[in-house]
Amino acid sequence: MVINGVHIDDTFAEAFPMKATRAIITAQNLEWAYHSARAMTGFATSVIACGCEAGIERELSPEETPDGRPGVAVLIFAMGGKGLAKQLETRAGQCVLTSPTSALFAGIEGGKPIALGKNLRFFGDGFQMSKKIGGKRYWRIPVMDGEFLTEETTGMVDAVGGGNFLILAESQPQALAACEVAVAAMQKIPNVIMPFPGGVVRSGSKVGSKYKALNASTNDAFCPTLKGVTKTQLSPEIESVMEIVIDGLTKEDIDKAMRAGIEAVCQLGAGAGIRRISAGNYGGKLGPFHFHLREIMA
Amino acid sequence: MSALTLTLRAEPRQRVDMSPLSAAKELTVAEIAALKLWAGRRRYRLDELFQLEGDDTTRLVLRGDCRKLDYVGRDARDLDITVEGNVGAYAGMGMRSGTLRIEGDTDLFAACELRGGLVQIDGSAGDFLGGALPGDKRGMRGGIVLVKGDAGDRCGDELRRGIILVEGNAGDYCGSRLIAGTIAVMGQVGAHPGYGLRRGTLLLWQAPAAIPPTYGDCGTHTLGFLPLWFAGLRHLDSRFADPANAFNRARRYGGDLASVGRGEILVRAD
Repeated sequence: MVINGVHIDDTFAEAFPMKATRAIITAQNLEWAYHSARAMTGFATSVIACGCEAGIERELSPEETPDGRPGVAVLIFAMGGKGLAKQLETRAGQCVLTSPTSALFAGIEGGKPIALGKNLRFFGDGFQMSKKIGGKRYWRIPVMDGEFLTEETTGMVDAVGGGNFLILAESQPQALAACEVAVAAMQKIPNVIMPFPGGVVRSGSKVGSKYKALNASTNDAFCPTLKGVTKTQLSPEIESVMEIVIDGLTKEDIDKAMRAGIEAVCQLGAGAGIRRISAGNYGGKLGPFHFHLREIMA
Repeated sequence: MSALTLTLRAEPRQRVDMSPLSAAKELTVAEIAALKLWAGRRRYRLDELFQLEGDDTTRLVLRGDCRKLDYVGRDARDLDITVEGNVGAYAGMGMRSGTLRIEGDTDLFAACELRGGLVQIDGSAGDFLGGALPGDKRGMRGGIVLVKGDAGDRCGDELRRGIILVEGNAGDYCGSRLIAGTIAVMGQVGAHPGYGLRRGTLLLWQAPAAIPPTYGDCGTHTLGFLPLWFAGLRHLDSRFADPANAFNRARRYGGDLASVGRGEILVRAD
């Protein structure tokens, strides 16, 4: 399959089951909602070492938020429910509770309830107050700028993590430019995040390592500087490869995001130095969800 | 199916305990007609006191002079009851779910120990609205009570959970011994509001004549939960549902410091 001169590899990306939740952060204005959301989703690129993968899903207008203020929706993914609950609580406590004018609400109805403000309330040292509104419990925690308002729980649902595709280009700037347009297109798709910096990862990994302590290591088959010394997947003209990793609430959400991203890259075409689209295929070792590039782009 | 309408044949000479009618949902019209009701020291078949019409036993309408009918909607579940006029004491006592609409006034202890559902009183309510029965430690513990007129004394006494909304005035000791939950009053409140209040909120549109000395003035604040709280009332047929009556700035008085002291009186401040 070739789209606008870009070769689509006959391969698939592998992804694995995760647990996910969404939180809504509001503030006096969008700028402060973003400050809080960026802090909450910081150091959350990969479950390999961060404990969770998180990102800003989208901006919310005042009409879309529970308290009628501007806000931001964030998605957080982890390998299990316990880990997700711990990450959510820690990040909410250190990054949202602390952020001026912020409030924190559940972003997923249904699913298994996990604590959002349920334990943060104890920061109130007995001065916290609860209000049950429309069947949901909220906590008012007195803080130095007024009150921190938070919903007691949010919903946890099954999700999919690790959807991906690789952009193979003739140069590093061309690969990055393609990634930028892809991420911009994918950010319009709901229910997904691209957790790496700017949505892009340049250190894609393979499963396992020659070092026993590591369970992941550099994906040497796609490292352009190793073309001559390893079993490479790269042709001579490829000088740079970058990856976009996608976590989504469902497989279908990731399908849509991958299609939007690959379409955007292919619009740049071979003329912009984009030669191939591939994917992180680990021979079925990584996870049960398979995203076949050619099926997605068909 | 039309609502089952119970029309009083004549004003009862004694007060009538209407508790058995709360089982109507599980009964046929014939079984409802055969229900035995206490009136004074005598028991009557329901159809001796009422004329029955209609067949939907989940929707009940009480018609006639119902001032002597007590315990209407007691412990009811998923019933839709309308009283066309005034009703007696203990209306909606312990109700679990459903709606009880009283188009007139209620006597003492309306919605006392309510657990869920909506009790709407288009007229005024007597004392101990949503309160606890004498000797009990907890009043209303869920649901919403809406009074379009005034409420008597001791409104929400020992309220544990839920919301009491009063569009008119409330009497003395409004929110006395409140454990949690919210009482909102658009009109004036009488003396000693929030007496012995432990937790929970007394939300007032008008400043009381005097804030009790056992409350501490915490100043005026913009409170983020208020818009959310008002939004939760939009489904009601009430002035509380009108965004024009909502506010988010309030003067906060913390107390009652003679009790647990973790509650508050909020007075509109804009």
